[in-house]
Amino acid sequence: MSDSYAIDVRSLNKRFGDKHVVKNVSLQVRRGEIFGFLGPNGSGKTTTIRMMCGLLTPDAGSGTCLGYDILRDSVQIKRRVGYMTQRFSFWEDLTIRENLDFVARMYGLGDRRKRVNGALEDLGLAARANQLAGTLSGGWKQRLALAACLLHDPELLLLDEPTAGVDPAARRDFWEELHLLSARGIAVLVSTHYMDEAERCHKLAYVFDGNLLAQGAAPEVVASQGLSTWQVYGENLVGLSEALKNASGVDQTVLFGTRLHVSGKDGAALERTLAQTAGSAAFRIEKTETGLEDVFIYLMKQASGKTGGAP
Amino acid sequence: MKTSNGFSLSRWWSMVLKEFLQLRRDRLTFGMIIGIPIAQLVLFGFAINNDPRHLATAVISADHSEFTRSFVAAMESSEYFDIVGTLPDEEAGRSALASGNVQFVVNIPAGFTGRLLRGERPALLIEADATDPAATGMALAAAGQLARTVAAKDMTGTLSFLAGGQDPFEVRVHRLYNPEGITRYNIIPGLIGVILCMTMVLMTGLAITRERERGTMENILAMPVSPFEVMTGKLIPYIAIGLIQITIILVAARFLFRVPCAGSIGMVYGAALLFVLANLTVGIAMSSLARNQLQAMQMTLFYFLPNIILSGFMFPFQGMPKWAQAVGNVLPLTYFNRLIRGIFLKDNLFQDLWPNIWPLMVFTLIVMVIALTFYRRTLD
Ligand SMILES: Nc1ncnc2c1ncn2[C@@H]1O[C@H](COP(=O)(O)OP(=O)(O)O)[C@@H](O)[C@H]1O
Ligand SMILES: [Mg+2]
Repeated sequence: MSDSYAIDVRSLNKRFGDKHVVKNVSLQVRRGEIFGFLGPNGSGKTTTIRMMCGLLTPDAGSGTCLGYDILRDSVQIKRRVGYMTQRFSFWEDLTIRENLDFVARMYGLGDRRKRVNGALEDLGLAARANQLAGTLSGGWKQRLALAACLLHDPELLLLDEPTAGVDPAARRDFWEELHLLSARGIAVLVSTHYMDEAERCHKLAYVFDGNLLAQGAAPEVVASQGLSTWQVYGENLVGLSEALKNASGVDQTVLFGTRLHVSGKDGAALERTLAQTAGSAAFRIEKTETGLEDVFIYLMKQASGKTGGAP
Repeated sequence: MKTSNGFSLSRWWSMVLKEFLQLRRDRLTFGMIIGIPIAQLVLFGFAINNDPRHLATAVISADHSEFTRSFVAAMESSEYFDIVGTLPDEEAGRSALASGNVQFVVNIPAGFTGRLLRGERPALLIEADATDPAATGMALAAAGQLARTVAAKDMTGTLSFLAGGQDPFEVRVHRLYNPEGITRYNIIPGLIGVILCMTMVLMTGLAITRERERGTMENILAMPVSPFEVMTGKLIPYIAIGLIQITIILVAARFLFRVPCAGSIGMVYGAALLFVLANLTVGIAMSSLARNQLQAMQMTLFYFLPNIILSGFMFPFQGMPKWAQAVGNVLPLTYFNRLIRGIFLKDNLFQDLWPNIWPLMVFTLIVMVIALTFYRRTLD
């Protein structure tokens, strides 16, 4: 039943001039779900999110947000959605309190004073309420933005790279808060670059160059590609990577610092190749779980028709 | 000696090329480079006329004779006067002058010809709207001249005795509204409009582009707020600013420049409020049309130029060629100039002002519709 979906969009398309930026993207996000939206820069994540909340009109496609049509009911959607822009978009020449007051008035919230004070308390910004937003650091700006888009009790949060440029401790706090919100039944769509954040999502979607390449829970996404992966330790992994590139059974090699991940669809062939090429004492080989990152790199390369190389 | 900080032709050239490339891509700036000199040349060269001719003139004639007809014809052929019609009486003449419909009223009293023939040197009255001394000076000088030439030409034969010696009749000029011809009286009220026009359009012109450039527009668009609310909400503070500016100018006009205000201050504020609204909507419309702050500034300049030159502020409106008057007739400053001068110098009543009030309202309405149409509800 589509009503249980917070987001249900089908075949969204968007062009800017002759650049086809979003191609037939379909997404389903359930209420209470944290949905990770992944993909490299310029792959169309921001554009897709903007189409969902009525900031951009899709060239083709249809869908609903919280049961409202994204083409016709954008006002209803805007009332019920909290959208956090990729770039800080509150007023740097207003104080923290003034920004929150502005938002509260925009949504016609009753008890404005109480709500704003509550948000300031939750934020831990009560003491700095009269400080200009422009003087806040990145992490604090992000928390202000989150507080502001939660002020009207949205049923759906659209967060566009909320943790970019935020330090690890603040990121951890942020994700804890997201899980609390999701436990309250709020749906969260969050775009991110960080793999550790991807692992914390209930569901994932991976886009590349405007195409949605995979969608599902992390283990499903990994399983869907049927890759077997070995991990190699040793000296001169770069040389080994080069040597393996076109070998039989090897679909991809990815260097993670001191380890080389070698993956392939045909596990048996891959194992044979590794035994021949890297079977010397200089290397230590072990079978490992295929990770999300391996799969994303694999998907990306499949889509762009390239093989091998570092991430 | 070669140091790394020395002048490098290649580096310098690379900078030059980059600037050219960027300039070529920046259509609006490019357009201004070409457009402004052309616009200025055309406007200053053709539209401006310090010897204005074809000034609207009405005739009140209580004496229809060959001679008076000949005099009116001579006025017309002098090119200074365009006879636009006849009026029944002096009252009608005054109101035509007050509303600015005509610049002159020629009043030929009853029995003029008879007295002329008797050699009594009768007087012919020209009432002039002397609000703008520059507009009327030359024409009035020419009118005095006419008396002599018409006499010399028409009064031949038995009447030739009238032609010699003294002028056979007198042209009495009555300068209304600014009898001493003090330019300041005309310029200072006019400046109110110019100043308001510039600041209002400039400030609101940046209002939306600023939000767009800082990325805060995305936030506004993501909220359930209508374009009308955004636009009018942004205008209100500037209305207050406009009223403060008017007050400053009025105080300066009164105490610094000693320009008396014949009409009511309330009317001045009323007219200024209408004008401020018109310009604020222009600014906000430009703001929604422009892609960035620089474009908004450039558009403001484009708007400002004809307003200054073609509105009758700098040069007499009546003296401009028809096409320039046509352009002037769609500019709010033209109407505001007439309103403010009408109130300041002529003590106009509401019915005199009305012909210049409704165009401002219509203008504001149309521009608001344009602004709302072009307001981008999305980031497309
Ligand atoms: N308003 C726009 N006009 C033209 N191109 C755009 C616009 N917005 C985004 N793009 C282009 O669309 C592509 C996708 O951008 P975006 O959706 O921001 O990707 P992501 O958020 O995944 O980094 C990029 O190539 C970007 O340059
Ligand atoms: Mg983005």
